[in-house]
Amino acid sequence: MSLNRKDLLGIEHLDEKDLQIVLDSVKPFKSLFTRSVKKAPTLIGKTVVTLFYEPSTRTRTSFEIAAKRLSADIVNVAINTSSVVKGENLIDTGKTLEAMKADYIIIRHYLAGAPDILARNLNASVINAGDGFHEHPTQGLLDLYTIYEKKKKIKGLKILLVGDILHSRVAKSNIWALTKMGAEVSVAGPPTLIPAGIENLGVKVYYELDEAVKEADIINILRIQLERQQENLFPSVREYVELYQLTKERLAMAKSGVLIMHPGPMNRGIEISSDVADSSNALINEQVTNGIAVRMAILYLLRPKRKNAGSN
Amino acid sequence: MPEIILDADAFQNAIDKISREIFNDNQNIKNLAIVGIQNKGVFLAKRVLRKIIKLAPGNEISFGTLDITMHRDDLNNFHSNIHDIKDTVIPFDMSCKNIILIDDVLYTGRTVRAALDVLMDFGRPKSIQLAVLIDRGFRELPIEAKYIGVKYQSKGFIKVECKEVDGMDKVTVVDLE
Repeated sequence: MSLNRKDLLGIEHLDEKDLQIVLDSVKPFKSLFTRSVKKAPTLIGKTVVTLFYEPSTRTRTSFEIAAKRLSADIVNVAINTSSVVKGENLIDTGKTLEAMKADYIIIRHYLAGAPDILARNLNASVINAGDGFHEHPTQGLLDLYTIYEKKKKIKGLKILLVGDILHSRVAKSNIWALTKMGAEVSVAGPPTLIPAGIENLGVKVYYELDEAVKEADIINILRIQLERQQENLFPSVREYVELYQLTKERLAMAKSGVLIMHPGPMNRGIEISSDVADSSNALINEQVTNGIAVRMAILYLLRPKRKNAGSN
Repeated sequence: MPEIILDADAFQNAIDKISREIFNDNQNIKNLAIVGIQNKGVFLAKRVLRKIIKLAPGNEISFGTLDITMHRDDLNNFHSNIHDIKDTVIPFDMSCKNIILIDDVLYTGRTVRAALDVLMDFGRPKSIQLAVLIDRGFRELPIEAKYIGVKYQSKGFIKVECKEVDGMDKVTVVDLE
């Protein structure tokens, strides 16, 4: 059982079998958390480097804990104090890290495709930790696992993604993962934040949240990227709150056992009301815990340096 | 044709023998815990557990399973397979237990080395004793079993089939020549 690949660049490149392998691999890593020693020597002697060109707390910390629990050595490169500010290009930065014997490079970049360029030029395993508006595969996998752990299946579930689908790499990775596993995915948000042609990915589109919540088994709420407001994609935060915030009242229109997810960081009182975020329906903290186990599984399943492995 | 080392009867006799010896050596049944190493060791461990309960009716014996994959010493070899990881479940406090660790075949000793490390991650057991169905010889580490079903020195591949998963109890040796 193996993903048989060097890199994890996006869920688009994985098939249903690969996704099932990941789902089946997570539990033993998660069960490590309950031991008195929460570490295993699986990646002893390996070096994991995080290369983040965008800010992040939870993803970088989650990867760091995952690597440490597997006994790897981890190095965090802080971009604003690195040679990148002197103008070093991405491939050279990657080659430098590889010359320092990095086995895994975890990259977040503001440009879609940056991890792909790195992966094609290096023997190290490259893991995409978010690239532009493209994908955030480990978030997609941890969301998939969190749903699978609760519902014991994915096929046939109705999953609603709410908010800024256009700028959200989390949404794209979720859509790929869930549709490949046979879930019925729908999206809801203001028309300006829903990309044209999203229906081609097999997704149903709603512009009214009241309507959209009724059938859902799971509601995954995306962060409203407040920096986008300058682009005039929605008239005001207040209007967004009025139309698209998941409130207790809207939750009451949904099925009684509906589960609520959010990839974080949350804007309480904007895309989600505080009482919903703290309700018993919310899986938000479990997503964070599962994120570590899923990233451990990915580090275990990928193979750096292997010759002839497809790099997608 | 692969050579048969144990047929179904001899297989069961070996399990019974191991179980009796464990029972005789560990009079304090309350402190006994049986742990099977994934995969085949778990089935053998369940049978040993049932047999010991028959010998000491009315006692409850702790039981666990253990997977060594994350603790293997050959994961660095990039040509080796990526192994499935099975459940490790130790649902009892180890601190006062005499652990009987059970596996199907003892060969290099590397699996047992890894299993000892996994056990230690759960706490500090009072003692650990090793029981195996087949001792195949050719050790690479200073590890020996206390309870042995059969000794069979062989460089061939030893295939253990048990009725829980393979439909029958049988141990055969397959020459790799």
